[in-house]
Amino acid sequence: MMEFIFGTFNYGIYVVLILIGFYGMMAKNNLMKKLIGMNIFQWSIILFYISIGSKKGGTVPVVDPSLHPAIRAVDYINPLPHVLMLTAIVVGVATTGIALALLILIYRTYGTLEEDEILEVLKK
Amino acid sequence: MTKDLDNVVIKTVSRILVPFMQVFSLYVFAHGHGSPGGGFQGGCIMAASFILLGVAFNLREIGKRFRERNNALMCVLGVFIYTGTGCLAFLSSGNFLDYGTLSDLLPIDSIKARYYGMALIELGVQITVMAVMLSIFVDLVTAGRGEDAPEDTE
Amino acid sequence: MNKLAALPATLVAGGFLFYSTAFFPSWGDPDQPAGRHVSPRYIEKTLAETGVPNAVTSVLADYRGYDTMFETSVIFTAGIAVMMLLRGSR
Repeated sequence: MMEFIFGTFNYGIYVVLILIGFYGMMAKNNLMKKLIGMNIFQWSIILFYISIGSKKGGTVPVVDPSLHPAIRAVDYINPLPHVLMLTAIVVGVATTGIALALLILIYRTYGTLEEDEILEVLKK
Repeated sequence: MTKDLDNVVIKTVSRILVPFMQVFSLYVFAHGHGSPGGGFQGGCIMAASFILLGVAFNLREIGKRFRERNNALMCVLGVFIYTGTGCLAFLSSGNFLDYGTLSDLLPIDSIKARYYGMALIELGVQITVMAVMLSIFVDLVTAGRGEDAPEDTE
Repeated sequence: MNKLAALPATLVAGGFLFYSTAFFPSWGDPDQPAGRHVSPRYIEKTLAETGVPNAVTSVLADYRGYDTMFETSVIFTAGIAVMMLLRGSR
């Protein structure tokens, strides 16, 4: 039982972060808080992927050039999740930038950032 | 009067830090082959050095050192360097983005050609990331009015 | 959607996610399915084929260079989109 908890407690932490972001996206009224909830969701998924690639007793995936023909893959952690998450981080930054620009335009048009007031104006 | 005295520490420290940040970003880019680093990380640190100037002083300080027109040109230059390297590999009898065939053009062997091809595309990535981060920051802070408009200070 | 409806939905989703973490491989297992097919080849051949000791840079720029090209164009498009949204309505 204790080995099971030590083996999977990192996934539990990332699930808690996902739920925090999810609740923030659904329950808050202000559009800026919804955007921050989406951001927390995004970064927790990135952290989850990176934690998949770790190995016991492995080191940073920069191979030592002095031991050239005898490089074993067991000594180094998996480089693939790091590579894929570099792309995901940049895409997240781009999405956040465009969402903030859209929020500026919404504020200019409706004068408020609360969701229920905007829906009332739209219903008329 | 107190506003000026409040900001003296921030202004002096940021003026000292900015050149070191830029040299560090070039170091992180250049050592991307042998230690953790590369194009994205160097580009973000270089953009952060300009943003530090904009946050500690006025936005005109960025405009004095780095005009908006040159910023927009550098956005395009990075993507052009990246796809230009790919097309160069394509034209010299290979596949797209296959840097091993660059050894037909230059007098180096195939492994070194991949090494230098990687360095070239990381340069393109760094230039684009730096220019786009700075452009998004200036656009969001001034709400599109550009660097010459007076910004609302609290 | 008010807070009264969001909390049970979050707890139900959390229950499903916690239940599914029981089926994951344990943390740091060297025999995971994520590190088996193509990733040992990248680590072992990166110095011999490309001459770059950093496995992350060689995978990002050489073996998966196509993805990096499109990601650079994504961030370029985001910069252009913010320019068009905010400066276009001046």
